Amino acid sequence: MSGFVDLRNIRLTYGGGPDGTLALDGLDMTIRKGEFAAVVGPSGCGKSTLMKLATGLMRPQSGTVEVAGKEVNGPVSIAGMAFQNPSMLPWRTTLQNVMLPLEIVQPHRRKLSKERAAYLQKAEDLLSLVGLKGFGEKFPWQLSGGMQQRANLCRALIHDPALLMLDEPFGALDAFTREELWQVMRDLHAEKGFTTILVTHDLREAVYLADRVFVMSARPGRVILEKQITFPRPRPIDLTYEADFNDIVHELRGYIAEARAAA
Amino acid sequence: MNDKWIKAAPWLWTIGLFVIWQAAVAALKLPVYILPAPTDIFASLIQYWHPIWKNSLQTLFTTLLGFGLAVVGGLLLGLAIGWSRAVYAGLYPLMIGFNSVPKVAVVPILVIWFGIGTIPAVITAFLIAFFPIVVNVATGLATIEPEMEDVLRALGAKKLDIMLKVGIPRSMPYFFGSLKIAITLAFVGSVISETVAANSGIGHMMLAAQSQFNVPLVWAGLVALAVLGIVMYALMAWIELRMTGWAHRGANRP
Repeated sequence: MSGFVDLRNIRLTYGGGPDGTLALDGLDMTIRKGEFAAVVGPSGCGKSTLMKLATGLMRPQSGTVEVAGKEVNGPVSIAGMAFQNPSMLPWRTTLQNVMLPLEIVQPHRRKLSKERAAYLQKAEDLLSLVGLKGFGEKFPWQLSGGMQQRANLCRALIHDPALLMLDEPFGALDAFTREELWQVMRDLHAEKGFTTILVTHDLREAVYLADRVFVMSARPGRVILEKQITFPRPRPIDLTYEADFNDIVHELRGYIAEARAAA
Repeated sequence: MNDKWIKAAPWLWTIGLFVIWQAAVAALKLPVYILPAPTDIFASLIQYWHPIWKNSLQTLFTTLLGFGLAVVGGLLLGLAIGWSRAVYAGLYPLMIGFNSVPKVAVVPILVIWFGIGTIPAVITAFLIAFFPIVVNVATGLATIEPEMEDVLRALGAKKLDIMLKVGIPRSMPYFFGSLKIAITLAFVGSVISETVAANSGIGHMMLAAQSQFNVPLVWAGLVALAVLGIVMYALMAWIELRMTGWAHRGANRP
């Protein structure tokens, strides 16, 4: 079986040489096109390393990484990325920040100056989709943390990536803002249909957003459980307070506690 | 009301300093060759305004020329060091060693090469002003957030893209901040060189006045240096605020 993102028998050591830290060992993961996958696990299990592998920022010592049917040898450029730190550039307005990837990725880079108006419209549309209509001219430091994170999502999506990689994007937000952004993320995914890999500590977030949750072991990381989440979409936020939702969260929590104890 | 006092404060404190100075000289009956009173210095400034003006222009010229060279050289080398870890590793110890040499010790060598006068002053100003610019530009480039770099590299950005889009704009506040330090240092460099090896400039004028025991003129030279220093510093601070307003969010924003 081959999916959109295919990681096969990955082994990766940090620091190089025989005495480096073994981060991932025997990791297998297949993510289908358009699927929303969440990766959870105890801290230090190599979740973030996974993102770098799938986007081609890092190469494994052994095993293969395939994205969209092609083996990954370098940065894949069909990916958008968002981290916990929104890392907006303070000298650019929010709109200019969102448009930054267009200045880098082909073919947009070539077309940007000629079709500026169309691209501007596209960025404005994306901003209103995440609830930032009219904030494009503000500088990022004039926005709240939640708003910056919305802009960060826009920046990750502006070049219509086929793959979206999220590394704890909502980790630093308060509980209410986080729930709001879960819904923003849910709607973006429903509308655009990109494949998503979400790395998170938050099990409720994983179960709410994902089609499938991957539980990783402690270092060296590998997948110890794949859990299909079958709640129908669109999922209302109240779902997160229902009993069968909490049962799944509880079950996942058990696996992670076990993995932690084994470490 | 409070704001007005804060605005007036620099002037009040300066005037206060001169008043206390004047009173102390009068009360202690200090002879003019130990410490001239502000009125003596002011009289000297008026009496000798022509040589003071001429020599100030010379010092200003060598300072600005040396500073200009330091900006160009410092920016280029700072970009190179911030760009490549290999260049950084190789050049940094050299730079530290070079910077630890007191620049006044270099002036005799410059005199052997170029004779006395304008050129050693310009080069001394350059040598002393150069280092803070290099360090600041390199720091700005070297401290790009790794997440930002990942976001761009995952998009297929080349090193040049990352530098142009993130590194260089990001190091600009460091660069303009360093100009304030550099201009002050360039000034020090010029005056040092003029004092040791020149036949014009404020440093030279003060040395000549000292040998004639014209103590008020020596002090008038100091005042001229202070005024020049403040003006140049204020100019750099203004440029900094204009060029990188985004880095001064909040109260200081123009």
